[in-house]
Amino acid sequence: MSPTWLIPALLLLLLLAVFSIRWLATLDERGAVGKLGTPLLFGAWVLVFWQGFTQAFEVPQVLLPAPSLIGHALLASFGVLVSDFVQTVLHSALIGLVAGCALGFITGVLIDRSPFLQRGLLPLAALASTVPLVGIAPIMVMWFGFDWHSKAAVVVVMTFFPMLVNTLAGLNESGHMERDLMRSYGANYWRTLFSLRIPVALPFVFNALKINSTLAMIGAIVAEFFGSPTAGLGFRISTEAARLNMGLVWAAILVAALAGSLLYGLLGWVERRVTFWHPSIRSGG
Amino acid sequence: MATELTLSGPATDRGALSAAWFRVGPVLSVLAVVLLIWYGAAVWLNSAQVIERVLSDQPGWTLVDLARLTLSMDRPVLPAPHQIAIDLFTSVFGWPIDSPRSLIYHTAVTSSATLLGFVMGTLLGAVLAVLIVHSRTLERSLFPWVIASQTIPVLAIAPIVIVILGSMGMTGTFPKAIISMYLCFFPVAVAMVKGLRSPGILELELLHTYAASPSHTFWKLRVPASLPYFFPSLRVAIAAGLVGAIVGELPTGAQAGLGARLLTGSYYGNTVQIWSALVMSALLGLFLTGCVALTERWLTPGGRK
Repeated sequence: MSPTWLIPALLLLLLLAVFSIRWLATLDERGAVGKLGTPLLFGAWVLVFWQGFTQAFEVPQVLLPAPSLIGHALLASFGVLVSDFVQTVLHSALIGLVAGCALGFITGVLIDRSPFLQRGLLPLAALASTVPLVGIAPIMVMWFGFDWHSKAAVVVVMTFFPMLVNTLAGLNESGHMERDLMRSYGANYWRTLFSLRIPVALPFVFNALKINSTLAMIGAIVAEFFGSPTAGLGFRISTEAARLNMGLVWAAILVAALAGSLLYGLLGWVERRVTFWHPSIRSGG
Repeated sequence: MATELTLSGPATDRGALSAAWFRVGPVLSVLAVVLLIWYGAAVWLNSAQVIERVLSDQPGWTLVDLARLTLSMDRPVLPAPHQIAIDLFTSVFGWPIDSPRSLIYHTAVTSSATLLGFVMGTLLGAVLAVLIVHSRTLERSLFPWVIASQTIPVLAIAPIVIVILGSMGMTGTFPKAIISMYLCFFPVAVAMVKGLRSPGILELELLHTYAASPSHTFWKLRVPASLPYFFPSLRVAIAAGLVGAIVGELPTGAQAGLGARLLTGSYYGNTVQIWSALVMSALLGLFLTGCVALTERWLTPGGRK
């Protein structure tokens, strides 16, 4: 299976890959082809080498299954993966993310009026970022059962503090000039909040949302290691890994990665639409 | 808000005590409220079990009985804070350090994996950043993948990493350290790329007029300029690395480590053990980030706040 010409062939391919990437990177310095094409080409070459390498050296599939095997598993167990996706992403992660972020945002807006509570809660929120919060998963599983409710609860706890901290920072972002202007208009607290301070806080809120979207995926998947019904990406990964069915494991990881990137990309797209006025977006194009 | 700060803040002449209270008071008050709510919740959440198991055959029980029993259960739904504190104390000091019943032993297992992964991840991140800053091709092709690498929920691949490395004969600290490393390298790489690029055209041209070699430019300008970016990323990295090590302990069959304590606690319904492992991992997280912050202050005197 591993003829002698394979290694020189792989080396030749490597040379070809290096030159084609260099060529594409210098071809179109600023344009979309260079910006999007180069990483895509790099990724494509990684796939080619992955496939070639696993076949040439007969790497056992436990170590690293070939991309074709993963694709095959993806298609063969499509229905299973869709139900895992619904369980983990749509139920645990999304519901938890929305609830945790809403809670953090509302708490932030409420606390903003009390400097005392701010000084009390901000240090604790900063501490919470150094604490492995995902460890509460077993407790939540005990309290809320094996189904998605316990996972959503973990996600709520994990996403609450980043949102709180960012909301508070964002609400303090509007300057004295703007606030004085609002006062000279005779605007009351709520009018100032909705017309000035929340819009100014939005870049911070989106920052927290993007951080939280990754945290939500992590929380939902890890919580499933502590017990889950017979569906879910984390459940699939840990049980199939124990059965050494690596094709399906990597397919589940692929689904999780795609879902996470999609969520992140979606939030980025909404951010560009909503906070188009912010310097970081104007200059970023 | 700024006006209130100057009115009641340390700027007034009410002395050091009021200044200390200004900083610590709100935190203590919030903690006290949390503690009160916790006790209340412990009584409330545990009462159903207590009433069903113990009090149902003792007619005429009072609320005091209920509170006493709910706060001293063996396997409560929510243990009271003092139960966790006692369990923490006995499991830290009650056993010899090398006994698997000692929490110190498990903490040492987890922190050694965290630190090994942290060191490897920091090195990997720094090397990647140096390569990316110095090669346009690598920046174009590799950097997007550094970012894409984090879209894989790494903790999700923890079971496979453990299985793969286990089948290669690697067990114990190293597989967990790999997971920590994967989580650590990203913040360091991104911050170092930003930091190494932070010297402006003025500084670079100044070094050019000195006829500085590329290595001089790197060591005397780029590296010092990157430190203010480097250290905050280290704090993020070590916190992430700790989570990685703990999660890495879950699928291994959970022999040792704080993650293993969490898992065995959840298997046997031993809630107090879960909570004390959780508190210990929180303390460990605080300790590790504190160490990084101290190193930062030591290495960049006067540089940052």
